[in-house]
Amino acid sequence: MKCDIILAGVGGQGILSIAATIGLAAVEKNLFLKQSEVHGMSQRGGDVQSHLRLSDREIHSDLIPEGSADLIISVEPMEALRYLPWLSPEGWIVTSSLPYVNIPDYPGLEDIMTELNKAGNTIVLDADAIAKDLGSSRSGNMVILGAASSFIALPFESLENAVRQLFKRKGEYIVELNLKALRAGRDAAGRP
Amino acid sequence: MHKQLLLGDEAIAQAALDAGMSGMYAYPGTPSTEIMEYVQASPQAARDNVCRDWSSNEKTAMEAALGMSYAGKRAMVAMKHVGLNVAADAFINSAVTGVNGGLIVVAADDPSMHSSQNEQDSRFYGKFALVPVLEPRNQQEAYDMVFDAFDLSEKYRLPVLLRITTRLAHSRASVGLREPKPRNTQSLPSNPRQFVLLPAIARKQYRALTGLFETLPADGVISGWNRLSKGTGKTGIITCGIAYNYLLENITGHQDDYPVLSVAAYPVDKKMVALLVDSCEKVLVLEEGYPMIEEQLRGLLDRDVKVMGRLDGTVPRDGELNPVIVAKALGLKTTTGKAVPSMVRQRPPSFCKGCSHADMYAALAEAIKEFGPGRVFSDIGCYTLGALPPYNMVNSCVDMGASVTMAIGATDAGLFPAVAVIGDSTFTHSGMTGLLDAVIKDSPVTLIISDNSTTGMTGGQQSQATDRIESICLGLGVSREHLRVIIPLKKNHEENVAVIREEIMHHGLSVVLARRECIQTASRNKKAESAAKNKTKE
Repeated sequence: MKCDIILAGVGGQGILSIAATIGLAAVEKNLFLKQSEVHGMSQRGGDVQSHLRLSDREIHSDLIPEGSADLIISVEPMEALRYLPWLSPEGWIVTSSLPYVNIPDYPGLEDIMTELNKAGNTIVLDADAIAKDLGSSRSGNMVILGAASSFIALPFESLENAVRQLFKRKGEYIVELNLKALRAGRDAAGRP
Repeated sequence: MHKQLLLGDEAIAQAALDAGMSGMYAYPGTPSTEIMEYVQASPQAARDNVCRDWSSNEKTAMEAALGMSYAGKRAMVAMKHVGLNVAADAFINSAVTGVNGGLIVVAADDPSMHSSQNEQDSRFYGKFALVPVLEPRNQQEAYDMVFDAFDLSEKYRLPVLLRITTRLAHSRASVGLREPKPRNTQSLPSNPRQFVLLPAIARKQYRALTGLFETLPADGVISGWNRLSKGTGKTGIITCGIAYNYLLENITGHQDDYPVLSVAAYPVDKKMVALLVDSCEKVLVLEEGYPMIEEQLRGLLDRDVKVMGRLDGTVPRDGELNPVIVAKALGLKTTTGKAVPSMVRQRPPSFCKGCSHADMYAALAEAIKEFGPGRVFSDIGCYTLGALPPYNMVNSCVDMGASVTMAIGATDAGLFPAVAVIGDSTFTHSGMTGLLDAVIKDSPVTLIISDNSTTGMTGGQQSQATDRIESICLGLGVSREHLRVIIPLKKNHEENVAVIREEIMHHGLSVVLARRECIQTASRNKKAESAAKNKTKE
């Protein structure tokens, strides 16, 4: 088993909390894991990505080879497209539909959606709206992770346990909000 | 064995604590920053009272670590690759003095320049100084090598250079931890003149160092990290550090076809290289960084061995390696997904919303408009982003502190006005000495210290400059009349433009202190405060 995931977003959007959740879940299941992050200059509103690799065998490269990622999880729609060269032909894209516009030449949202649909297996959802409906506008990331969960080679319960562990020190209320967001994402994606 | 998910940087930090480190010194710099951050946050370090303070720059860090080593204890100093340039004087000479307590120098290189102005390869510094260099292939080796590095350092009385690159520094994997070792007690060097590099002593010690360096390749610990594996193929492969992972990514399942020498410690034993070369028709060298081993293998005449690597175009001459580059070098088939649609735009880093630097640049832009472009020298930090649209204001970014001194030189050439923009932490790192030069000549430079009271670009570490800048400037001899303080806020814009303009028009040295806290650290501090308040309420 191997599962190679590209996490994408804009510096400051917090893709690393998604990575940390998957990482904790992978450790619980005794899987090998390598997760390469971007720190430093790009974190100031630039494009950021993380390569996350899970396997039941030893993983060598910290970077995913082009054309072989199983999944792109993106918290921003244009950023999902930036990593298409890494996606395998059978791979899936799960992305938020909410654009993060901090550049003057940001393309039209319709054009982005057209490209996303052309790209192959894509799930686009308004994660922030779903999170807001739950009364937790800051849990959009967990909605996206929930929507992507059926493509990650981990039991959903392991992700739930990881969320409990990750948000434990923020109190039971925050843990419950994030669990709700995770489940709402899974349900919105409409996949078993 | 207890396992933990750690960044390469964090593995080094935890290992140093477990290997009996008594003190760590560093200046923040991507990709090395997380080493010190981990030690500072570690309950183990707090319990054991491990010294763990940021230093003013890499040179002061290196010297403090050498001082701790002098007193018999294990010390570590960490920096990004260009930081080793700053620390080089102390580093090179520390090989001649030798050490007492074990001393590790961590240099984190940044091939592809993700957050740097060059991609220099620190392995050359190891060779230059004549010290052992260890270059871990993965996070577990990063952890394990720290133990060996301290032991080697104390065995040979030499500092040991631990070289990592961005990918390992900032990639997480599970690492098995060992039982912590006790820390050294204080002890003076047995030879009281060991650290006195007067020429007569230095000559003797340098000669001993050159002799010692020749023996290092045969050391069992050093050569033990380098692995030779036989293969049926006629192309031998030498990998250095994490290049080995990219090779394995491509040849797993067919490893028997490839004779490989995987290097992770230097100097490399010639016998191992000869065993590989003699069994092959040609050799492919895969190095993350400069073609160091490749150049050594080719030699000046480049005719004894058929070598492939960065110098003949088999591997790109610059930039970090990845699985696809290595596959191509091996002549293997590569795959790629769909192309990036042309509508996807570049998204360069930018100032945060509400950043004080942005308001400072807005005022400077207006104050200097009438003189035309080309007059703003800047430095290393978030404020370098003033080079990008919409500001397009910055005309130089070279090395820590260069804004001040390049402005001095430009005014000497007749440029007027010349403005230098530096951050608070960069100012105390390397700007103060340049400012003294400007004071002595009364150079017509306007120095803007954009003081956000933190080391912002690397994530908001303590700035040595906080609450000290005025007294430093006055102490260096800046006149009180031309030391101005502004608060860079939109509502103060007109007033700030006027102050900057007045000082630009002054035909002598001025310092304008533009002071407002970094909005990232401000919001973090606010959160921490309210969390503390909630706790007391409970």
